[in-house]
Amino acid sequence: MIWTREIEHKNKYPNANVISLGIGDTTEPLPDVVALSMANYARKLSTPKGYRGYGAEQGCKALRKAIAETVYKDIGIKDSEVFVSDGAQGDICRLQLLFGSNMSVAVQDPTFPAYVDSSVIIGQTGDVNRESGSYQKIEYMACGPHNSFFPDLSKTGRTDIIFFCSPNNPTGHAASFEQLEQLVQFAQENGSIIVYDSAYAVYIKDGRPRSIYEVPGARKVAIEVSSFSKIAGFTGVRLGWTVVPEELLYSNGFPVIKDYNRVVCTCFNGASRISQAGGLACLSSEGFKAVLSLVDYYKENAEILLETFKSVGLRAYGGENAPYLWVHFPGSNSWDVFNEILEKTHIITVPGSGFGPAGKEFIRVTAFGHRENILEASKRLRSFLS
Amino acid sequence: MITTLSLLFSRPSSVSIPGKINGVVKCVASPSAEKTAYKTKVSRNENLAKLQAGYLFPEPRIGDTTEPIPEVITSAMSKRSYALSTVDGYSGYGAEQGEKVSNDLHSFLVWSYSLSPPYPISVLSSRLVCLFAPHVEQLRAAIASTYYADLGIEEDDIFVSDGAKSDISRLQVLFGSNVTMAVQDPSYPAYVDSSVILGQTGQFQKDVEKYGNIEYMRCTPENGFFPDLSTVRRTDIIFFCSPNNPTGYAASREQLTRLVQFAKENGSIIVYDSAYAMYVSDDSPRSIFEIPGAKEVALEVSSFSKYAGFTGVRLGWTAIPKDLLYSDGFPLAKDFNRIVCTCFNGASNIAQAGGLACVSAEGIKAMHEVVGFYKENTAIIVDTFESLGFKVYGGKNAPYVWVHFPGRSSWDVFSEILEKTHVVTTPGSGFGPGGEGFVRVSAFGHRENVLEACRRFKQLYK
Repeated sequence: MIWTREIEHKNKYPNANVISLGIGDTTEPLPDVVALSMANYARKLSTPKGYRGYGAEQGCKALRKAIAETVYKDIGIKDSEVFVSDGAQGDICRLQLLFGSNMSVAVQDPTFPAYVDSSVIIGQTGDVNRESGSYQKIEYMACGPHNSFFPDLSKTGRTDIIFFCSPNNPTGHAASFEQLEQLVQFAQENGSIIVYDSAYAVYIKDGRPRSIYEVPGARKVAIEVSSFSKIAGFTGVRLGWTVVPEELLYSNGFPVIKDYNRVVCTCFNGASRISQAGGLACLSSEGFKAVLSLVDYYKENAEILLETFKSVGLRAYGGENAPYLWVHFPGSNSWDVFNEILEKTHIITVPGSGFGPAGKEFIRVTAFGHRENILEASKRLRSFLS
Repeated sequence: MITTLSLLFSRPSSVSIPGKINGVVKCVASPSAEKTAYKTKVSRNENLAKLQAGYLFPEPRIGDTTEPIPEVITSAMSKRSYALSTVDGYSGYGAEQGEKVSNDLHSFLVWSYSLSPPYPISVLSSRLVCLFAPHVEQLRAAIASTYYADLGIEEDDIFVSDGAKSDISRLQVLFGSNVTMAVQDPSYPAYVDSSVILGQTGQFQKDVEKYGNIEYMRCTPENGFFPDLSTVRRTDIIFFCSPNNPTGYAASREQLTRLVQFAKENGSIIVYDSAYAMYVSDDSPRSIFEIPGAKEVALEVSSFSKYAGFTGVRLGWTAIPKDLLYSDGFPLAKDFNRIVCTCFNGASNIAQAGGLACVSAEGIKAMHEVVGFYKENTAIIVDTFESLGFKVYGGKNAPYVWVHFPGRSSWDVFSEILEKTHVVTTPGSGFGPGGEGFVRVSAFGHRENVLEACRRFKQLYK
């Protein structure tokens, strides 16, 4: 049993310096200007002039405006279309509440599990197939080396909702403009709604689209979810947003944004004002510069890890436009690989099968970590894998 | 320019604006469908369509705390914010120090894989963070010992959240669409609205101002603001708020004992909202778990909003006893944990640092002072309306005063008060048909504003 092996492992190596390249959590401290803005805001809550109570559920006006003008500069998103939240995971659940149980959904395979799990919880799916881990009624769009990590849409059945994450967790693939054009066209032809997760957009290096709304026509078919978590290290601070364009209409012509507003106002009470103050600081010119250099730090980690896997002859996908590497171990079982890596190098990764059946032969390695740990991990991986 | 004194929270379910209200009025109503615009082929969720259109509420928000947060609490949040910019102080997903948690993460991952069915990894890791994050652990333990000492509620029964409104929705997601629910009438609108969204209800019936399939438990002066349980149909879930928003009534030990018994006999689950518990002045219970047997039939939702002025900071909790089981014996807490880990990613770490300070000895003292201040406001308001000859309810154990205007439409009274005194109150019918004939006056406000409002009431109704 794995559990027993784990105990053996710990007993065998009681002094092992375990390095985690597993959980996708940021590690580097916040930029001073951002932390300071939150500290000041918190302090002012003790003063009559600085005290604030309930904020608008959709977020404070200044932050909605800053997101629309900074993140969606020249893309034409209105601040009224931006809904500030406590993060993508909360938003995905609220979107599922919005959609209800009578929806068919498609997800990439592999995929961030929350799309699937929230779909199950809301009642959109059938039972799970124990062996494969797939749920009935969900359309799984395989993404792998064979199709350049973009689904073959000609083989994809129509669903009401299409969850699409780019840059992708876990594969790290950032869809090209042409691919996203195809996706938008597919959604248009099928009358589907794309829920586009752009949480890692800021990691893109090579000019690929950072927002689905860069594709003409996307405003009529897509909702976009994003987060400050991986941009600004806000994984614990909790701040994100969802864009619902005014032109996005249900089949009866009713604007989706009006219902989403209702869900937000009933099921949520706004992101913490302190977090929102931090978000504003992140989007200021000084803050944004500082935040981007944090992102660069993780990007450099990713380069180091990419180089490591390349040097030992392994195919590592992703890592270029995302803080995740998707390493292929053809013919193997990802849990076995995970265990072996842990056993031999004391490095925690994530078995690809946790993200869906198509992840079976892959391991996800994250680029979040202190540089010295990344370097140490690289050393160990090189010696073990070569 | 009307100077509105924000004394109340207004969230009526189906009303028209009686003249101009100061500030921006947000109106969510059905637009007409455009004929030429592209439409998706996705059907609108009919549950959203059931929600009443013309959902109006004036800005700024009312029913909102106004007094600054005690310094002992904000300095903790300030410190935590600074700390996030340091190597030792930074934390991500609830982990205090990444390295320290990783061994536990690994053990948990491999152990969890051995469970059936195998859980996707990211769910597991976020669940781990839910369970093992040291900061969260501290706050859970502190909440348990502060509010539930000797009541048999332990730290791992506590789920820290971003507040009661979100928790209520997460509980509804937990329950699903195939449950029946009962609410007090009048009640905080989020219980009903979230029920509609989840698909538990029928259509809104305009003649009775009720949604089909919800059991409304009338609470009036005639029944001492506690429902006549002998006339209440069995439902799966019973939402019960005490001290109550909007009536201000705090149920007695004897009444809650009957409620627990009722739930026991019917195999129902009580969702007990204790957000105003710290306002209790007499020996009314502060927690449902003070009632023997409650741990098998009830869970409790609470919040720092009205204790520490955290309405904008966002922090609360839900307590689910281990003994609360579904009909098949499965513990509710396990499923709620799953919901929390799938649909949520934790309350802000800065807010949680504030929460820890709230439940420190100094913080509790400070919160009592804040609560005490609003209670003094309440007394002033009660005194004012009583001196004018009104029947006034609540106000003893809650920051709400429930003023009776027999035979009058609550919206008419609201308008009259607004036009003649420029004070914003909340029409009782906004909380359900049982609120008709009443107006809710909340005690949140700067002392000078409360005094001024009361002066104006005295003028109007002398």
